[in-house]
Amino acid sequence: MSAAAHSVIEPSAASKRVAGAIVILYAVITMIPLFWIIATSFKTPPDSIAYPPKVVFTPSIEGYCNLFTTRTRQTAEYIQSLPPATNFCDETTRKRNMVIAGPSNFLPRFINSLVIAFGSTFCAVLLGTLTAYGFSRFKVPLADDLLFFILSTRMMPPIAVAIPIYLMYRELGLSDTALGMILLYTAVNVSLAVWLLKGFIDEIPREYEEAAMIDGYSRLQAFRKVVLPQATTGIAATAIFCLIFAWNEYAFAALLTSGTAQTAPPFIPTIIGEGGQDWPAVAAGTTIFLVPILVFTILLRKQLLRGITFGAVRK
Amino acid sequence: MTDANATILERAAETAARATPAPVAKRVRALSDRAVAWLFIAPTMVLLLAINIFPLIWAIQLSFTNYRANRPNEPVRNVGLQNYERILTDSDTWLAMQATAHFVFWTIVLQTLIGFSLAYLIDRKFRGHAFWTTVILVPMMLSPAVVGNFWRFLYEPQIGLFTYIVSFFSGIPPSDIAMLSSVKLAPWAIIIVDTWMWTPYVMLICLAGLRSIPDYIYEAAEVDRASPWRQFWSITLPMALPFIMLAVLFRGIENFKMFDMVNLLTGGGPGSTTEVASITLKREAFEKWRTGFSSAFAIILFVAVFGLANIYVKVLNKVKSR
Repeated sequence: MSAAAHSVIEPSAASKRVAGAIVILYAVITMIPLFWIIATSFKTPPDSIAYPPKVVFTPSIEGYCNLFTTRTRQTAEYIQSLPPATNFCDETTRKRNMVIAGPSNFLPRFINSLVIAFGSTFCAVLLGTLTAYGFSRFKVPLADDLLFFILSTRMMPPIAVAIPIYLMYRELGLSDTALGMILLYTAVNVSLAVWLLKGFIDEIPREYEEAAMIDGYSRLQAFRKVVLPQATTGIAATAIFCLIFAWNEYAFAALLTSGTAQTAPPFIPTIIGEGGQDWPAVAAGTTIFLVPILVFTILLRKQLLRGITFGAVRK
Repeated sequence: MTDANATILERAAETAARATPAPVAKRVRALSDRAVAWLFIAPTMVLLLAINIFPLIWAIQLSFTNYRANRPNEPVRNVGLQNYERILTDSDTWLAMQATAHFVFWTIVLQTLIGFSLAYLIDRKFRGHAFWTTVILVPMMLSPAVVGNFWRFLYEPQIGLFTYIVSFFSGIPPSDIAMLSSVKLAPWAIIIVDTWMWTPYVMLICLAGLRSIPDYIYEAAEVDRASPWRQFWSITLPMALPFIMLAVLFRGIENFKMFDMVNLLTGGGPGSTTEVASITLKREAFEKWRTGFSSAFAIILFVAVFGLANIYVKVLNKVKSR
């Protein structure tokens, strides 16, 4: 296409400026809630509920202290009798006439989230890669129907799925176990993995494997040594999408876990202090929980479109 | 792969075919490939059958009974179609359906309007548009539950930031803006959060639609002296429409089954003003423990989503061919 032809449809400088201004304004407004979460996590409890809301404040890590500990109220005399505070958290807690009683449940819940998210992602990507290769390279009878079936399982309302799963897990002893949650999230994620990876594998020319097979590779060797290395980017992107889903999931986690296997999303809303929700601690938990997702979003920005359309829209 | 390579491959295949007796070669190859195909596809199918289809069949069976999961030892009676009959005639389920319809309708309208406008503006390709697009996309990646929970804080009547900003610009005293506890405002409170989270989703897909329109069509329109207005209505919109449909259908399905964000923001309240279908289902199944009745409700939702998913995949294939 010639340069002259291109200039006909190039937007004018003024229209670009106006468009840019509106989009940036929207982006800034949309970031306010996130900024507020992070800001609140560094406030003291009185600062967090001040009216009018405080934009300028002295930062404190009290929220983070409260997130990781449980505290009990004590008399002033008892606190006086204690040896001097050894760290910042001890000190701030004592100023509020309390002492740290022990660690909170946040860390174990966070570790549950990590184990379940990584475990289910590994299984979903493993199964998904194999199945996507199967659908991409072989004539599978009823392939379109099977693929639709696979996708439709992901679209089912989680609460509706949870009713029979709850009964089934109760029979099998999988209620409130990490294994049960990994199986469930694998089943939900494998559909996304198959669809996404089928798109990525379809893009790898068949001729590569065929050439390798003529050179004496078996089908499995060709898959392992030719296709897998070519599909690494696709596999990595798929893994991140699965990881984000499992990390963010709430409905199944809230209904099927209550204690030992509970993940962070159902736990964070239950963080309470004295007389109501401890907002700086909730904000601190939310911030720690969101940071990995922010990193992943930046890593994935080129593949996002593909991920949210099950691989259908590529550019 | 080049043509030269392809011909070499063909020749190699021919030689191989001549060297081996045809039926034997065919059988060995077909068998191994089929075995591999089965080996690769079967595990996924087994998992989906175990975690999705088997429970589904169980739910169908339960939906014809009066089973209660909290009383496993009580005798279970077959009630036929009674559960379904009750759902379709019950005024409470219709209220839930109305709340769901209100939520789905307004979130789709707002997200499509804002999302498409943003995509249209970003497509002007101003300086730094890629960076700002990434910034705008952040909310949709976050956990609806965790973020929805935090919006409760923004909505607090006295101290919430949202309340403060609204009262600052409108002059209404902040104590009068009870977004989550007022019957009139609560349905809008969940619509605002959903729109904040998911407008980027619609925007991203619309942007792909706008970028899929080849430049030469606009150039031809310029040559024909079509006005910008005319170009928008007869080129941009119709050509981006399958993509808009894709986004609308997916948001429709997702919001039809919305649970996490609403559960944490309002829990269905005040009263049942924001009790969308999934919240009703949760209350019936896991609070009142009417397992049989809620299974029937779940099956009805399944059928609805299944129908929508079917249309979605049709649009998906249409978009894919572009």
